[in-house]
Amino acid sequence: MIQFERFQLANGLRVIVHEDDSTPMAVLDVLYDVGARDEDPHKTGFAHLFEHLMFGGSVNISDFETPLQLAGGENNAYTTNDLTNYYIQLPAENIETAFWLESDRMLSLAFSEKSLEVQRKVVCEEFKEHYINKPYGDAWFKMRELAYKTHPYRWMTIGKELSHIEDAQLSDVKQFFFKHYRPVNAILVVAGNVKTAQIRQLAEKWFGDIPAGEKYDRQLPQEPVQKEARKLEVRAEVPLDALYKCYHMAARTEQGYYVAELITEVLGGGGSSRLHQVLIKEKKLFSQIECYHTGSSDKGLLIIEGKLIKGVKMTDADKAVEEELEKIKTQAIDEKELAKVKNKTESAILFEDMSVMNRANSLAIYELLGDANMMNTELGRYQAITATEILETSKQLFDPANSNTLYYYSNN
Amino acid sequence: MVNRTIAPKIKDAVEFELKLPPYRKHTLRNGVEVFAIDLGSLDTLMINWVFYAGNCYEEKNLVAAAANSLIKNGTSKHNAFAINEHFEYYGSYFNRSSNHETADLTLHCLSKHVSELLPMVSEILTDSVYPEEELSIYKKNKQQHLQVSLKKSEFVASRLIDAYLFGKEHPYGRYSSLEDYAGLERRELQDYYRKYYQQGRCLIFVAGKLPPGILEELEKNFGSLPLRPHQDEAAVINHPIVPATQKKYTIQNDPNGVQGSIRIARNFPNRHHPDFQKMQVLNNVFGGFFGSRLMDNIREDKGYTYGIYSYLMNGKQESALMISTEAGKEVAPATIEEVYKEMQLLREEPIEEEELQMARNYMIGTILGDLDGPFQVAGRWKNLLLNGLDERYFYESIRVAKTIGPAELQELANKYLVAEDFFELTVI
Repeated sequence: MIQFERFQLANGLRVIVHEDDSTPMAVLDVLYDVGARDEDPHKTGFAHLFEHLMFGGSVNISDFETPLQLAGGENNAYTTNDLTNYYIQLPAENIETAFWLESDRMLSLAFSEKSLEVQRKVVCEEFKEHYINKPYGDAWFKMRELAYKTHPYRWMTIGKELSHIEDAQLSDVKQFFFKHYRPVNAILVVAGNVKTAQIRQLAEKWFGDIPAGEKYDRQLPQEPVQKEARKLEVRAEVPLDALYKCYHMAARTEQGYYVAELITEVLGGGGSSRLHQVLIKEKKLFSQIECYHTGSSDKGLLIIEGKLIKGVKMTDADKAVEEELEKIKTQAIDEKELAKVKNKTESAILFEDMSVMNRANSLAIYELLGDANMMNTELGRYQAITATEILETSKQLFDPANSNTLYYYSNN
Repeated sequence: MVNRTIAPKIKDAVEFELKLPPYRKHTLRNGVEVFAIDLGSLDTLMINWVFYAGNCYEEKNLVAAAANSLIKNGTSKHNAFAINEHFEYYGSYFNRSSNHETADLTLHCLSKHVSELLPMVSEILTDSVYPEEELSIYKKNKQQHLQVSLKKSEFVASRLIDAYLFGKEHPYGRYSSLEDYAGLERRELQDYYRKYYQQGRCLIFVAGKLPPGILEELEKNFGSLPLRPHQDEAAVINHPIVPATQKKYTIQNDPNGVQGSIRIARNFPNRHHPDFQKMQVLNNVFGGFFGSRLMDNIREDKGYTYGIYSYLMNGKQESALMISTEAGKEVAPATIEEVYKEMQLLREEPIEEEELQMARNYMIGTILGDLDGPFQVAGRWKNLLLNGLDERYFYESIRVAKTIGPAELQELANKYLVAEDFFELTVI
């Protein structure tokens, strides 16, 4: 059971405090309710580029890193399709330094032309490092465009193309900041060796006078239900053929999400999972196969991806995957396998909660989803899932009309 | 209104008292030592079996790694599936890893399940059979994996630089090939297993909120196995280190590559050398963290890369100072030039007090954070013990970080940050 206190400042900033006196450290986590899904289709990659600019100096503090390091702290940030999260970990005695730094950059950035110019280049290098200079690096760009026709999940967080990042202007930066980076669209979590009263006072002192801003009203075009199977074939300079299949699944807070999570465990979680055992070990069709999902706030994707053994025909490999899906659609899983995936989930949750940083991060994300206390009720939801639910959800999920298949052929 | 231009007061990191929580040592009947770290509040447990079974001991390339990886792929009673299923049924993770000196088996589990899991680990350590079928799948899959990795410039760069530093025959510099995988034989793995696992030199770390009776459980499952204490025949195999004679390399790996993987490195003595801990402070200023000079100049000022770091490699016999980055193909030469410029600056000008203070505080702050949790503490102890060190080394490194001055660091830079001593490699 994770204990926490929750309050809200007059400007709408939601604050959560989680006390843990077993650690000498404290974590300050600020989550902004904006991700790549909120971008203009012609200016993709912006939420992530913006995250980089948050380190380029704020209105009263020209250098973010030096004072934090002087206080013995470390920090980082990440952007997803759904949200942007910033976190600082430092010795608890120095927690006020984190308040000072984070509140100033919420108040206003310095909007430096130099910082934009440099970070455009840095992000372009990041783009190249992760998506161009790697075999199969473009597969996800293609998969998203195949599976989503309307919803902004159709582009990657890094952006659709390099030119969108190269063209970013300072005026875009300012507009984005004042639209999304306001207290009313943010959640602050402080965790570790701290006291709620102390955090309440620090939150008022440093964040209290920041103008509330306007609540962002998210109106995203929803993805229409997919009616027929989609297929795409590509060829590239890669050593092996690869197969990608993905299926539309439930949104993060829907019951179907929890069931799909267990389904990915049945199919691809570990050495005793079905795809691993049957397709790698028994039939020897793949050298590697995985099943996972995007964990998205809106309706996400469940993905199966694998690399084929040299010489195996793509259609045979695909057919063998289909056969496994057919099994999970037609035969209820037995008690033992169900208990296994639930036990795995229980332990994954417990191990994840070991670090204060993860706890702070999870509290912020659950609060964004509607209630930080979901952190304490998640396990119960998984444990209540029945074999029948897995069967029913599998039927919908793996309906051929809901499938997107990418044959990624090697040119060699 | 709060004055935002004034930074809040901080407690200087040098004032923090860092304590390495102690272990309790217990010796099993067969002499195997168990180091127990009883910390934390959650019912999670880590047990780590460390064997002197790294690739320093192999006579043929990849045997150590394969023997480690396939150790859980079958006993005479359970096949690979049944073993995996057993660990996974209890929500546990049973991982293997093979390094240069040592090779590990690590179990992460909920404390309530530990007594169901230890007998399976014991079975693996007494009765692993390395089925031919499993080896053949392993060979094939590893070969395929290697073919994909070889397309990545960073993978190619990382293995080549190690070979330049230590020599292609040295365990630190040796790397895999398709032929080496093809040549693996079951008999070799079984022999290696018998010698280095079944009757191998072993030590055990157990960390977490230790459940009552855990030591008895370990005694019951491992105390009567023919394992040997880790100090046994303290035969340190020091293979000859033969660095390459040529210093500079450019390799064209992918005709369509858009980035160069740059590695700049020099040999460096191991942890027992008096300069090692001092070098860690200098390295911090140079390229050890986000606020370092390399990052500040090459990423934050020039935008040549997504990231650039320098670090001291973790080798028991010898270390190396490594600078590593992926930079745009066009700016790769300029990136290398800037790295040398930063070395030169450190040689020619003393580090200013504020910058040094920042590096110190950052180091102390991260150690404080790194010691947060039982598994992390166990990791610290393991690193000390496997290198033949104890807590005095830990406290000495903190003393050095807190007290070393600019003059001494400059002297160190003149000794070690000398461009001619470095290997330089770009893989595109």
